[in-house]
Amino acid sequence: MSHNVPAELRYSKSDEWVRVEGDELVIGITDFAQDQLGDIVYLELPKVGQVIAPGEPFGVIESVKASSDLYAPVGGEVVAVNGDLDASQEAINTAPYGAGWLIRVRPSGDEEEGIMDAAGYAAFCEDRAH
Amino acid sequence: MLKRTPLFEKHVAAGARMVEFGGWEMPVQYSGIIDEHNAVRQSVGLFDISHMGRLMVRGPQAEEFLQHVVTCDVSAIPLGQSNYGLLCRPDGGIVDDIFIYHLPDEFLVVINASNREKDWQWLHDHTEGFDVEIVSRSDRWAMLAVQGPGAEALLIQAEESGAGSLHDLPFHGVALSSIFGYTALVARTGYTGEDGFELFFDAVHAEEIWDKLVGLGAKPCGLGARDSLRFEPCLALYGHEINDDINPYEARLGWVVKLDKGDFVGREALVAIKAAGPSRRLTGFEMVGKGVARGDYPVHTLDGEPIGVVTTGMPAPSIGRPLGIAYVPTSLSAEGSEFDILIREKPVRARAIKMPFYKPRYKK
Repeated sequence: MSHNVPAELRYSKSDEWVRVEGDELVIGITDFAQDQLGDIVYLELPKVGQVIAPGEPFGVIESVKASSDLYAPVGGEVVAVNGDLDASQEAINTAPYGAGWLIRVRPSGDEEEGIMDAAGYAAFCEDRAH
Repeated sequence: MLKRTPLFEKHVAAGARMVEFGGWEMPVQYSGIIDEHNAVRQSVGLFDISHMGRLMVRGPQAEEFLQHVVTCDVSAIPLGQSNYGLLCRPDGGIVDDIFIYHLPDEFLVVINASNREKDWQWLHDHTEGFDVEIVSRSDRWAMLAVQGPGAEALLIQAEESGAGSLHDLPFHGVALSSIFGYTALVARTGYTGEDGFELFFDAVHAEEIWDKLVGLGAKPCGLGARDSLRFEPCLALYGHEINDDINPYEARLGWVVKLDKGDFVGREALVAIKAAGPSRRLTGFEMVGKGVARGDYPVHTLDGEPIGVVTTGMPAPSIGRPLGIAYVPTSLSAEGSEFDILIREKPVRARAIKMPFYKPRYKK
């Protein structure tokens, strides 16, 4: 099964995506990740003002079957959290790059090693599918 | 290499996600666990459970033999009925939980997939002195579960005669039927907390029968939904709530142990365990703090002392919040008792609640 990997985003090995929006970065989980997890039913995200560090867990995402840590692909201060997800976590499954975004950060400039572009991440997913 | 059921190709072609389970390559989900879970609670779902073991126990002393190795009273299972039972070790530990179907002149025993070899050996280790023969039908027969409030109406359509005799099949009843023209054993049993049936038939017809049941509106379901559906009514899963080192009383399965039926393997130990009272008990809990407990997470007292382990935990789809089952000391198993679940090394408060979480809706 092939997954949606938008060309304009960058990706972590732990299946988070990063999108540049002005001076800020938006972070979410990829289509591959949501498909692996299945129906998301529970989410723990940081609070606004919290500082996240690249490669460190910043939250937890859970489906009926599995629990998974969310790892920060970049460092920075959380400036917004997607509050709509409290009522509708399914957006993470249905629109992982859109309404299912998780947090918005003001970047510190640090990022996790091994951040990939879309082509690199698509190949990374393909490798794991077999 | 992982073993495959006669429906393996069907699952893959339908886009199911396949996982390893007890040495088998099985579908964990088709459309999604919650979707499949809800289909079974609200209408009808279809499961390939051919990975489970099917043994025929026959011979002049088949009943006496089973009476010797299982904890329930096999002599009390009338012809055309079935019952839940346990195989116990001499020390009371549970070898497996099984289902025994009383057929004409023989018994069909359904065992867990992960215990197929172990049970086969265990049963044969105890046949001495009994005129009995054990024959495996695990490979030759397929096994499907059709579960949910719509299961009866759907299967009546599938019955060759269309006479609707399945309407009269009682809870735990088993009868020979004709499904889409093929001979099948149909039992009113299951593992979901809903009314439903389990079908046994020649594996060569597995794909055709599967397709036709789907055609009648049964939703293909995977092991993910099977787990969440059995979790809510608190039905034990071998390897989680029960295993060789857990006895029936701590697993709240004392009702399956008939101490007064005569001697059987494990009876002596079980008498002593019952008299002393189990020191730990399977306990249902809800989360007071924020988090989801999962199997194998440690349980601590509120002072941080390790006291037990979670056997199963998940966000319960039909209840709408994270729940769990754990072994805790008997003193902490009463409703309202509080303890901590270690979620990623962090203690999160939990509170004991009544089991089952979901009241089964069997047709009785």
